[in-house]
Amino acid sequence: MVKKVKLRIVFLLALVLSIILSVFLILKSLEKDVVFFLSPTDIKNLEKIEQKKIRVGGMVKNQSIRINSNKINFIVTDFKNEINVSYSGSVPNLFSENKGVVAEGFLQDRNYLKAVKILAKHDENYMPPEVKEALGEK
Amino acid sequence: MFNFFKAGKIFEISSRSTKYIFFLFIIVLTIGLTEALFLSPEDYKQSHSVRIMYVHVPAAWMALGIFSMMTFLSVGTFVFKNKNFFLISKSLAPSGFIFNIVALITGSIWGKPTWGTWWAWDARITSMLILALFYFMYLLSWRIIENKSNAIKISSLIIIVGAINVPIIKFSVNWWNTLHQGPSLKIMSDTTIHSSMLIPLGIMTAAFALFSLLIFLMKFNTEMIRIKNKGLDRL
Repeated sequence: MVKKVKLRIVFLLALVLSIILSVFLILKSLEKDVVFFLSPTDIKNLEKIEQKKIRVGGMVKNQSIRINSNKINFIVTDFKNEINVSYSGSVPNLFSENKGVVAEGFLQDRNYLKAVKILAKHDENYMPPEVKEALGEK
Repeated sequence: MFNFFKAGKIFEISSRSTKYIFFLFIIVLTIGLTEALFLSPEDYKQSHSVRIMYVHVPAAWMALGIFSMMTFLSVGTFVFKNKNFFLISKSLAPSGFIFNIVALITGSIWGKPTWGTWWAWDARITSMLILALFYFMYLLSWRIIENKSNAIKISSLIIIVGAINVPIIKFSVNWWNTLHQGPSLKIMSDTTIHSSMLIPLGIMTAAFALFSLLIFLMKFNTEMIRIKNKGLDRL
């Protein structure tokens, strides 16, 4: 009886370990597809630029948004490297300077992305407007 | 060894306690919803859409918490052949599954106004979808496997294998770049949700936990009655 319990424990451990190992290896080898977006630094380090849809994420650089008619240009930064993004169309409500953004589109070169879709990323901070103001005054 | 979990005793308590828990759930839910929808402030950035958080986050916590509980019960069932754990696990599953679906749907509703998309194949969202599929497989396994002892074994194995996904969900936002934001409540550092928003979140979590408990007890009672009527599987 006790021997059987031991066998079942060993069986479970073998099962769970083998699955963890295979899941780990799969995720590791697919790393560049598991990540939702690349940072400007990742783009800098790309070996070659493919004509494939790609997502770039980071912060919208302060005072970098330029709007002419329906075209919008801005700079995405990860505070190490930057990339210029141009986009025409409507942007989500949360899109603004100094906030997170994910731009999906086609790379023209290492410094320029033509976006076809803009997603706003929001951070993990939640607070009422009055608190934000008070923090801003400090 | 697990005398405390004797099914007969649990049934005695569970059949009587459902109505009290129902009243408690209604009271806590009323307070929670009033706090979440009217009394709590809007967010500085998301304004009123932040209120979806008070449903989304507790639902996701419940889905993960119930799956973790089912994992321990399943190990007890599979390794130690405990005769009652599988019934508890089976009764826990529906509310966990419901909350998982609720988390996915409210996440989608929240994503549209804030991110600008209903759905994204990012690591957090995808791993949460996989969790829902594991819940679904578990619930289905009880229906499609005729032989009872096989059903017990296979269903607990499904949960144990699915449990590998739980830490992946938790840490997905730290391991990879995701559209989903990082955790606001951290063990090692300060929480980044303002206290005026944390209180309704806590109350809503309590309400959802009571709801899970209620559904669990109702499901458990049904299972017990089914066993009694059959006169089989005497526990």
